[in-house]
Amino acid sequence: MNAAEPELVEANSTVHIVRTGVANLASVIAAVERIGARPVLIERAEEVAQAPRLLLPGVGAFGAAMDELHRLGIVDALCARVAAGAPTLTICLGLQLLARSSEETPGAVGLGVIDAAVTRFNGPVRVPQMGWNRVEPTPGARWVTPGFAYFANTFKLGAIPSGWQGATADHGGAFVAAIERGDVLACQFHPELSGAWGAALLRRWVAGTAAC
Amino acid sequence: MLTVRIVPCLDVRDGRVVKGVQFQGLRDAGDPVERAAAYEAGGGDEIVILDVSATTEGRGHAMETTRAVRRALGIPLTVGGGVRVVDDAARLLDAGADKVGVNTAAVDNPALLTTIATRYGAQCTVLALDAARRLDGAGWEVVTRAGKHRTGIDAAGWAAEAARRGAGEILLTSWDRDGTRSGYDLELIAAVRDAVSVPIIASGGAAHAGHMVEAVRAGADALLAASIFHDGETTPDSLKRALAAAGVVVRQ
Repeated sequence: MNAAEPELVEANSTVHIVRTGVANLASVIAAVERIGARPVLIERAEEVAQAPRLLLPGVGAFGAAMDELHRLGIVDALCARVAAGAPTLTICLGLQLLARSSEETPGAVGLGVIDAAVTRFNGPVRVPQMGWNRVEPTPGARWVTPGFAYFANTFKLGAIPSGWQGATADHGGAFVAAIERGDVLACQFHPELSGAWGAALLRRWVAGTAAC
Repeated sequence: MLTVRIVPCLDVRDGRVVKGVQFQGLRDAGDPVERAAAYEAGGGDEIVILDVSATTEGRGHAMETTRAVRRALGIPLTVGGGVRVVDDAARLLDAGADKVGVNTAAVDNPALLTTIATRYGAQCTVLALDAARRLDGAGWEVVTRAGKHRTGIDAAGWAAEAARRGAGEILLTSWDRDGTRSGYDLELIAAVRDAVSVPIIASGGAAHAGHMVEAVRAGADALLAASIFHDGETTPDSLKRALAAAGVVVRQ
């Protein structure tokens, strides 16, 4: 173990995971268990509001995912958590849902926590982006460190919004790999599938120990 | 920029890793959880499990294998083999697969790709395409049922149709080269590359890093291999050093 390795997660640390219909829950649960924390699946608004550490996984389409959040009645609770800076980790589509809208589902309204629109990759690159890409944090980022992360996405955010820190990567031009503000961390990549680097990020976030 | 992936593949039958030549003559190659964990530690970028069980009982083992590998594995896991209907894909994803490979059933019923992609996204939907050079040498045709059935369908045309129908990645196996260690079928890779913009995982025939560099130049985004890892001849990290020296961008 090298010196940069974060401290171990306390054995009783709980991560509350929102049970969204079609996410790759098994991979997220397994990753939380591997770092020694306890995953608990939730889907009610009061659970979302009260969870000490909330994880919103995201696989699926923008419009269908927003419909599901509305069906569960957790849209307001999610927005309130993010606005308050409560420890919240969102993954892949979970980052895109923070935006106002997405080219994936024209007309669908996102959480609108950030004033931005999600767009499709274009140019002479493979779409979907499937694989490991180099992530470079902004100077003020606290959670994300430089390294390789695993991505599986067709849509992306173009720039880190004002008031946020984060990280970028390059796929036919720079795109947003992650954004963070306080204890809110939204990753376009999949930390649960990003090997030792992703596990270290998860461990830091669950332990509440920022990298810098 | 996106790196080229090295993808160790586990052919699994009745809960054990096996390997053959041109899908025949299978021999035991170890425990899937131990193999998968070792390949992650050795620099593998993702793992593919192909269930080659012939029986219902074997399929049950494959689900257990998927669950067990998922618990241990911190990189992406694609599982294919025996996916006939969307509920088969759902069960594999529930068990811990991140992507599902569809082969024969997609040829029989191309709408299955759309059904899976609509529910789970294109990034979950992998077309497993087994292609054989036509007997008259003019192009490649799709083969199904573990290579036993030559369909007459043009491989590149089928890849393009599958991508239109929602496949987010093509796992392209050369039946002629599978297990032969004579190198990937570069012309096949180039033909499918011309037909689709989704990523291509090249499969069948890899013996060393030189074969992998050729495949990248032909248009592959990821390089699958099996026996060279199972036999302990090399590791993904070792191959990546050689790929990097040849100018290929990899995760190191």
